[in-house]
Amino acid sequence: MKRDHVVKVGIADLNIVQDPGIIRTSGLGSCVGVVIYDLRAKLGGMAHVMLPDSRLAKGDQIKLAKYADTAIPIMMDLLREEGGKSFKAKLAGGAQMFQFSSNDMMRIGPRNLEAVKKQLKDYGIPVVAEDCGGSNGRTIEFNPSNGTLQIRTVNKGVREI
Amino acid sequence: MKLDNRFTSYHLDILKEIGNIGAGNAATALSKLLQRKIDMKVPSVRVVDFDEVMDIVGGAERMIVSVFLRVEGDAPGNMFFIMSPTQASRFVRYMTGDETFDFTRPPYSELALSSIQELGNILSGSYLSSMSDFTSLSLYPSVPSIAIDMVGAILSYGLLELSQVNDYAIVIDTTFVDEVDQGEEMKGHFFLLPDPPSFDTIFTSLGVPTDET
Repeated sequence: MKRDHVVKVGIADLNIVQDPGIIRTSGLGSCVGVVIYDLRAKLGGMAHVMLPDSRLAKGDQIKLAKYADTAIPIMMDLLREEGGKSFKAKLAGGAQMFQFSSNDMMRIGPRNLEAVKKQLKDYGIPVVAEDCGGSNGRTIEFNPSNGTLQIRTVNKGVREI
Repeated sequence: MKLDNRFTSYHLDILKEIGNIGAGNAATALSKLLQRKIDMKVPSVRVVDFDEVMDIVGGAERMIVSVFLRVEGDAPGNMFFIMSPTQASRFVRYMTGDETFDFTRPPYSELALSSIQELGNILSGSYLSSMSDFTSLSLYPSVPSIAIDMVGAILSYGLLELSQVNDYAIVIDTTFVDEVDQGEEMKGHFFLLPDPPSFDTIFTSLGVPTDET
């Protein structure tokens, strides 16, 4: 775990950070940025989830951070190892970037969100804030010292949740 | 990685030739449409992880104007036509005669969006028809869809299909440079991202064996 600077999370990747570090991921579209944090421990994790279910995998090699159902358990293990106990979650992303309807993949944003929320529910982690859906990309940055999630978009500026 | 072992540099060269022929024709079409010279660079075929796909066009956070379409038929895949907002704005101004149009200042007029969409239609059509002639495969584009947003948000969409099989992508990338842009960093890209099973179809159509070990 890195401290003291910005930890970058790539697509289909996850990581955790402790205050005074911050953690960010860029260009979420239909992917969902999942932040799980413990404010007392000033500890937070972020996953850039691309697909809802690891059972969708057709190959033999799978990157576990890619799927909602595998990323969240891994992140929970990491956070507990670092002393996290009482968790909350914030979510962003799950947009629909293109408007057509023929393909099941088109609804991937909402399906990702659904899968993430189911995992969080199984862990008993409340989602305290979210900025999801729509048709715009998002870059998000989480600060574990105060629990704010900053969301940047191309046309709607910056907001915090 | 399975694909890496099966495909040699010979296979990648063949994909490069597809990019060359396809994008060459598309660049000619673009050139005719805009009545000016469009230079095409030698295409590259890259085997890259998902983050590197974003880096090819300037990183996940950069704003781009893109036309996306599905390639349907014998060798399905995804195709992107990617431009910087400056370049796309110039294309729109040329096609519509609206000299004030600017993709960095939304909202966008319907006319501007449909002209870019039509541009995507013409270019993808010429790319795919020449690729189809070369491979004797039946390939046709879906209705194109336009998005103006961050690179990561847009391209990740085109990776969904292959991400169920791999953690990397084979990108057939051809860049083109508008003559008025010479010396600037403004480049447009054609990305062709075949679905994983399509590679075998493409190679088989050209009589190139792939080693199944």
